[in-house]
Amino acid sequence: MVARSLLYVETRARTYRHVWKASVFSNFLSPVLFLAAMGVGLGSLVDGGARSSGLDGVSYLNFLAPGLLAASAMLTATGEGSFPVVAGIKWTKTYHAALATPIGVPDLVVGHLAWIAVRLAMVCGAFATVAVAFGAMPPGRAAAAVVPAVLTGLAFAAATTAYAAALKHEMGLTLLFRFGVTPLFLFSGTFFPVEQLPGWMQPAAYVVPLWHGVEMARAMALGIPYEVSPLLSVAYLASWIVAGAGLSVFFFRRRLRP
Amino acid sequence: MRDGNVAMMESLARARNLSKNFDGFVAVDNVDFDVRPGEAFGFLGPNGAGKSSTMRMIGAVSPRSSGTLHVMGMDPAVDGPKIRARLGVVPQDDTLDNELSVEENLMIYGRYFDLPRATLRPRIGELLDFAQLSDRRKDRVEPLSGGMKRRLTIARALINRPDLMLLDEPTTGLDPQARHVLWDRLYRLKQEGVTLIITTHYMDEAEQLCDRLVVMDKARIVAEGSPRSLINEHAPREVLELRFPLGVQETVLDRLEGIAKRLELLPDRVLLYTDDAEVTTAEVAARGLEPESTVVRRSTLEDVFLRLTGRSLID
Repeated sequence: MVARSLLYVETRARTYRHVWKASVFSNFLSPVLFLAAMGVGLGSLVDGGARSSGLDGVSYLNFLAPGLLAASAMLTATGEGSFPVVAGIKWTKTYHAALATPIGVPDLVVGHLAWIAVRLAMVCGAFATVAVAFGAMPPGRAAAAVVPAVLTGLAFAAATTAYAAALKHEMGLTLLFRFGVTPLFLFSGTFFPVEQLPGWMQPAAYVVPLWHGVEMARAMALGIPYEVSPLLSVAYLASWIVAGAGLSVFFFRRRLRP
Repeated sequence: MRDGNVAMMESLARARNLSKNFDGFVAVDNVDFDVRPGEAFGFLGPNGAGKSSTMRMIGAVSPRSSGTLHVMGMDPAVDGPKIRARLGVVPQDDTLDNELSVEENLMIYGRYFDLPRATLRPRIGELLDFAQLSDRRKDRVEPLSGGMKRRLTIARALINRPDLMLLDEPTTGLDPQARHVLWDRLYRLKQEGVTLIITTHYMDEAEQLCDRLVVMDKARIVAEGSPRSLINEHAPREVLELRFPLGVQETVLDRLEGIAKRLELLPDRVLLYTDDAEVTTAEVAARGLEPESTVVRRSTLEDVFLRLTGRSLID
C-alpha cells in the first residue's frame, strides 16, 4: 500500500512542478507580511503598553511567531485537504482516473495526506526560516517547532479531507472556512493566550487541535514549560489523523466506489 | 498486446446472475454474459439501462450486489488491483488532468501502474502517434477539442498494454467527424487483437464496432447476438417509413391493416416492416394512400430495440 501511495504522491509532485515558483514565493511572503504587521507593528504597541507577563514574559513577536507557525500549518492543511478533494471527486474527476488503475481508495487517501505532509514541511520550513530572520526564534528551536506544526496540519488535513469527501454541495467549503477555520485561527491561542478568553470558553480550547499545536510550538520555540504533557498533545493530534484518515476512506468509498 | 494465457481463456469477462442495487433501486438485474478474447462486445441500450453500472463492476471499481463475475479469471471483489492492472478504461467523462500537458497525463497514468519511466517514454511516443496527438505533446490538455481529449483518454487507457479495454459511451458528445476518427482508431485496436467492451446508446456505433452485443433495457438483458443476427431475428429486412400530414396518421391506420409483416406507430410516422419495400410501396399506392413522404431503408438495431422494448433508443 505504501508503494502505491507514493505513486500518487509522485503525481501530485509532478503537478506541483507547474506552480512551485509562485507557491514557494507565497510560502515565504506570507510569514514576512504577518510577522512584520502583527509581530513588529502591532507588537510594538503590545510590548509598550501592557505588562508582557501575560505573554510568558517575552516580546509579542516572540509570542506570536510560534503560534502563527502552527496556525499557518492549519491554513495550508485545510486548503489542501478541501478543494483538491472536491476537484478529484467532482470537478476534474482525477480521483476516478487514479482509481481505475491498481491504486485503491486507501492508497489514494494515504498518498493525498502524505503529499500534504510534504507541503506542510515546505510551508512550515519557510515560516521558521522567516521567523529566524526576524529574530523571533533561534534556528535550532525554530527547526524543532516545525515538527508539532506539521503534526497539527496533518490532523486538520485528515479531518478536512473526510469532511470535503462527504460534502454534497460546495457551499460546505465556504461554511468550513468561515465558521470553522477562521474562528480557530483567531481564538486558539495564536494571537493571545486563551487565558484571556471568558472562563467558560477556556476548556473548549483544549478540544481544538490547533491549541495543542500552538502550545507545543510555543514551548519548543521559546524554551518554556508545556501547558499539558506534549505526549498527551501528540497522542491527541495523532488520534485526529487516524480518525480523519479512516473517515476519509469511508467517504471516498461511498463517493468513488458506489 | 496480451500474454498467452489470456488468449487461452475462453471468457475474459463472465457474469452469471449479476446484479447491482443502489438503496433499493435495481440498476442491473440478473444479467449473464461472456466476452471472448479478441472480440468487440457491446452493451446497447438507452440511458439508465444499467450499461455503465455493469461496466463499473467489470472495471472492479464498483462492488456487485449479487451473482458471480469473473474478469480475466479473477473475482473483482478479491483481486481488484490485479484486474485493474490489466484493464484499459475509457470512462464516460474524460477525467484528464487539465492542468498538465498531454504527455504528462500519459506519464502520471502510466506511473499509477508502477511502470518505469524508461518504459513509458517510448510508449508515450507510440501512443501519441496512434492517437494523432504527437504535435500537441507539450500542450496543456484544457484547450484541446472534445475529440482530441477522447483520443488522449484512449491512448491513456492503452499505457499498460491492457488485455481488455472498457469503453463507456466512447463517442457521446462528439461531432460526426470526430466520431469517425475515433471509430477508425478503435477498429485498428480490434484488428490488433485487443478485446473491447463498449457501451453505447448509438445503434450505428454498435453496428460499426461490435462483433457481438447484448441489448439492455431497464436493468435487464433483452437480447443477445451479432448485430446482423439480431436484426435478422427481430426485424424483417426492410423498413418503409411513411409520413402523413398532421392529424391524418390516425385516420389511415385501418387501411394499413395487413400491409406489412409488422407495423410500428411513432408520433410522427408509421414504420412498415417488410421483406420487400418496393412491393409494399406499391400496395400503399394501390390502397389509395397518399403519404407526405416515404423513405425506404434496411432494418437496423434501432428497429430491433423498438421491437423488443416498444421504445426508441434515444428519447
